[in-house]
Amino acid sequence: MKKLSARRRHPLAAVVVLFIALAACAGLYTAFAPADKAQADESAQSLAIEEGKKLYAVGCASCHGTGGQGTSDGPSLVGVGAAAVDFQVGTGRMPAQQPGAQVPRKKVIYSQAEIDQLAAYIASFGAGPSIPTKEEYSPEGADIAKGGELFRTNCAQCHNFTGKGGALSKGKYAPTLEGVSPKHIYEAMQTGPQNMPSFPDTTLTEKNKKDIIAYLDAVNSDDTVEPGGLSLGGLGPVSEGLFAWVFGLGGLIAVAVWVAARTAKAKKS
Amino acid sequence: MSTTTTSESRSRGKAPAGERVADWADGRLGIYSLAKANMRKIFPDHWSFMLGEVCLYTFLIIIITGVYLTLFFHPSMNEVTYHGSYVPLQGQLMSEAFNSTMHISFDVRGGLLIRQIHHWAALIFLAGMFVHMMRVFFTGAFRKPREVNWLFGFLLFVLGMFTGFTGYSLPDDLLSGTGVRFMEGAVLSVPVVGTYLSFFLFGGEFPGGDFVARFYSVHILLLPGIMLGLVVAHLILVFYHKHTQFAGPGKTNNNVVGMPLLPVYMAKAGGFFFLVFGVVAVISAIATINPIWSIGPYRADQVSTGAQPDWYMGFSEGLIRVMPGWEVNFAGHTLVLGVFIPLIIFPLVLVAIAVYPFIESWVTGDKREHHILDRPRNAPTRTAFGVAWITWYMVLLIGGGNDLWATHFHLSINAITWFVRIAFFVAPVLAFVITKRICLGLQRRDRDKVLHGRETGIIKRLPHGEFIEVHEPLSQEQLHTLTAHDQYEPAQIGPAVDENGVTRKIKASEKLRAKLSKAYYNEDSQIPKPTVEEYKEITSGHGHH
Amino acid sequence: MSSQDNPEENLPAEQEHAPGAVTVADEKNPFADPGLPPHEHRVQDIDEQAAKRSERTVALLFTVSMLATVGFIASYVTIGIDTSVYVWPIGHISALNFALGTCLGIALFCIGAGAVHWARTLMSDEEIADERHPIEATPEVKAKVMADFKQGAKESALGRRKLIRNTMFGALALFPLSGVILLRDLGPLPGTKLRHTIWSKGKLLVNMNTNEPLRPSDIQVGSLTFVKPEGLEEHDHDFQTEIAKAATMIVRIQPDNIKDKQELEWSYQGIVAYSKICTHVGCPISLYEQQTHHVLCPCHQSTFDLSDGGRVIFGPAGHALPQLRIGVNDEGYLEALGDFEEPVGPAFWERG
Repeated sequence: MKKLSARRRHPLAAVVVLFIALAACAGLYTAFAPADKAQADESAQSLAIEEGKKLYAVGCASCHGTGGQGTSDGPSLVGVGAAAVDFQVGTGRMPAQQPGAQVPRKKVIYSQAEIDQLAAYIASFGAGPSIPTKEEYSPEGADIAKGGELFRTNCAQCHNFTGKGGALSKGKYAPTLEGVSPKHIYEAMQTGPQNMPSFPDTTLTEKNKKDIIAYLDAVNSDDTVEPGGLSLGGLGPVSEGLFAWVFGLGGLIAVAVWVAARTAKAKKS
Repeated sequence: MSTTTTSESRSRGKAPAGERVADWADGRLGIYSLAKANMRKIFPDHWSFMLGEVCLYTFLIIIITGVYLTLFFHPSMNEVTYHGSYVPLQGQLMSEAFNSTMHISFDVRGGLLIRQIHHWAALIFLAGMFVHMMRVFFTGAFRKPREVNWLFGFLLFVLGMFTGFTGYSLPDDLLSGTGVRFMEGAVLSVPVVGTYLSFFLFGGEFPGGDFVARFYSVHILLLPGIMLGLVVAHLILVFYHKHTQFAGPGKTNNNVVGMPLLPVYMAKAGGFFFLVFGVVAVISAIATINPIWSIGPYRADQVSTGAQPDWYMGFSEGLIRVMPGWEVNFAGHTLVLGVFIPLIIFPLVLVAIAVYPFIESWVTGDKREHHILDRPRNAPTRTAFGVAWITWYMVLLIGGGNDLWATHFHLSINAITWFVRIAFFVAPVLAFVITKRICLGLQRRDRDKVLHGRETGIIKRLPHGEFIEVHEPLSQEQLHTLTAHDQYEPAQIGPAVDENGVTRKIKASEKLRAKLSKAYYNEDSQIPKPTVEEYKEITSGHGHH
Repeated sequence: MSSQDNPEENLPAEQEHAPGAVTVADEKNPFADPGLPPHEHRVQDIDEQAAKRSERTVALLFTVSMLATVGFIASYVTIGIDTSVYVWPIGHISALNFALGTCLGIALFCIGAGAVHWARTLMSDEEIADERHPIEATPEVKAKVMADFKQGAKESALGRRKLIRNTMFGALALFPLSGVILLRDLGPLPGTKLRHTIWSKGKLLVNMNTNEPLRPSDIQVGSLTFVKPEGLEEHDHDFQTEIAKAATMIVRIQPDNIKDKQELEWSYQGIVAYSKICTHVGCPISLYEQQTHHVLCPCHQSTFDLSDGGRVIFGPAGHALPQLRIGVNDEGYLEALGDFEEPVGPAFWERG
């Protein structure tokens, strides 16, 4: 303790204290931050009802109305189709937790079987796009380069060159496409969830969609080769600039400090 | 000054070979006189004095790697179909510029590395210049006799920005093409001649087929040529003026204390070149920069979100993003203020910092040479101005990246834009006031330290129960260092009546100067440094704190 | 040391004591400059063992550099350009780029580190003070220069022979005009090129994705489609220049939701076609939010309301997005009913 107090006037003492304080704040934050847990799920999960209607009544009806007609809290589901349900519930967006600019992707709380039951039930409100089959969305054999061109024409303006996501107005955003399954990408293009416009087969053919999925699979997956090294989030010049400042110039200044520092003197005996 | 005495080859009684070569050169170039003045030139040691070297070396790296890239790059916008080894672009139409950049990246061994070194070095070059400039600014190293060199440095920074812009536009990729399109829009906004300028720049309508070739000659010839000349002039002046130094024992305005060029600085500065190059090479080995293969070739109807320029153009991006969309139509003409005003403010932001040294020297009226650096705290108004400027610059950078701020901090773009619009005016003022207070606080602390000594952190209990902290008196070195700075007094307006009783007119500029001088140096703007009398009074009565 | 103000000239006076004079601390001035501290030896200066260690370290660094260069050459020769490798924590990267960069980096860094270590530990670290001399010339030198200049000026007779002087200035001022005039052929004159696109009456709206014309039934409410004018192909040599103006997006909005009367008239059953080129500085704007009908520009965040005549609702754009008037031809395909009525893209002086 004596040692410690003797050093509290050390030039680096403030820095050390700052780091300790920051670490403490981070620790407190992790300890007390609201856990990322869906509230509505437990009841729904524990019920484990086999039938879509019952699932709907519990998980969806409060916002979308008992017959899917929609309320002030949620849009009508008439005619949205099974694909929309599979996307919204299958990516955890529905059921929504709280109102906001946009409903975020969350942990999925229904099993695929339950999602299928829900989808079948909601599809009965009115015809809409059905859930695509594996042949439709599987990227195998598709034209990756054509997919890239289509992606840059139709998608990159919101989702970025390689699908890293981007901002929209008033707090809305186009989410990252990293780790989104081909099926859900296909469904999103087809149904246009939330503020995303739809790209129906009449304007963006099945083949086109497949090409886009194949392109994303090639440039935005865990196995994608980034020849140059770290992709820095794939965000372009902003993260590159930050990296250049912190690691480039920062590293060089550290080297300069070493070059210019006095060499240790021999201790006076 | 003898050159290296090569002990070998002292044949036939002649001088050593090295000396004979040197003699030959001296007879034609006069190198001995040059070496006499410079070989043992003294350079002071401080890490911040090496920032300029970072810039010089990255500049050299950029030139070396740039020459290599020109061997493979085709500055042409002719359309070709891609048949290289990168699968996701197979069969795509692209310009030859893009195609050859793909070729460098994927089919030339080491091409990608050189490309990445070139681009990373460019980002670090500009960042280095920025920090170097700030070092010079905050320590007052721009004062007489170095004002001209300050301007040379400033020009290098500005030219570096444009060399960078023309450089990253060359591959004709979707991101840089978007930047060039923005430039077209900005040029179009110029009143009266905008459309003509744009047509001359692009050889017709945007994008046309010319701009890559034109940018190429600007990027590899015109701008670097000017920059090289300025760098040489900058260095000559550094040698001529001799380096500045911080105050300290034995360091005066009339000397320079440090290590000689030969051998210490030769080894340190020469070694530092390799260190810089090494660091940049390792960064280029592990981190991608400008992955044009992901970005894709430019098409005028395509775009990606997150369309930003390289960091040094970011503040202009901020200006253009947060400007309200003002447009005035009159008599069949349009004044595009929403674009033209940012275009005008863009150079003004830079000029604001460039002219500051001249304003300060006018206010102080100080015509002496200054070779001892100021500690930033001892020039509170200057420091506050500099911090305010940096704050201004940073606010604009935030504006330039508002979409990424929005996505990464879950904010609304609109809110950030409004924040930047307000902060553009408010933040520099706040920064100025706060910085000045901090500087004065630090000055006060220095004063206390001089008068009362260093707080040791040792608490002593006196016999009567009182606790005191033991203060340790400073050494003479420290006392000198902390009191070595100059303190100006506010300039007064001279008497309005001269000795002959003639009333003279006091010019407005004179009044302004007196006012500014007062703002700089009145008692609210600097803490009087301790005087010998104060020191003696306190130290004579020991134990009182 | 503090400078006194001189009211006559507003100049601070010279410093109290002669600058640079080293004073010994005394009762009179405890703040006096004590002069350079005495040189202290490093371990290497007094211990030959330590100096030897430093020498070996430097030599080791230079050797590592040599090895790294050999590694660079070996990598260049042996590693295929398309080989990828997984390097934690970077990910899958090009093996060649990583190997070359790392070897080059080590080779260079070790040369630098060796040289600096050498300088720091083995070269003399005794600080030397070098005198500075004023930059200004002495008055004698200045007087000589002024006299020389006067003599030269007098001999040239430039001041006396005004005719020569004036015509010379005239010639020098005029000749750069040749250089300026040469720039004229950098490009054609703008004319009215910025006012028109290749859209014209009867041109079909061709889907960019499929290269097929569109029928109204293809366009669903909430969808977004990009179209180009019939006849413009990607490999046309002027494709870029034409699409830079003609790029168009079409969306379908419930006719009840369209607030602008003219927009409704120019639409076909709620299908509206707007220029894709931002009116701010020309980015291809297309971040369409189908629920709000807002379209956002990714470059500078200008936001337009496609249900209200393309009006600007946020950001730096100065005027609404131009709308393309569309209809349906005899065969049931969507067609343009003319060019855009106003210039597309960024505003310019002659736009009016």
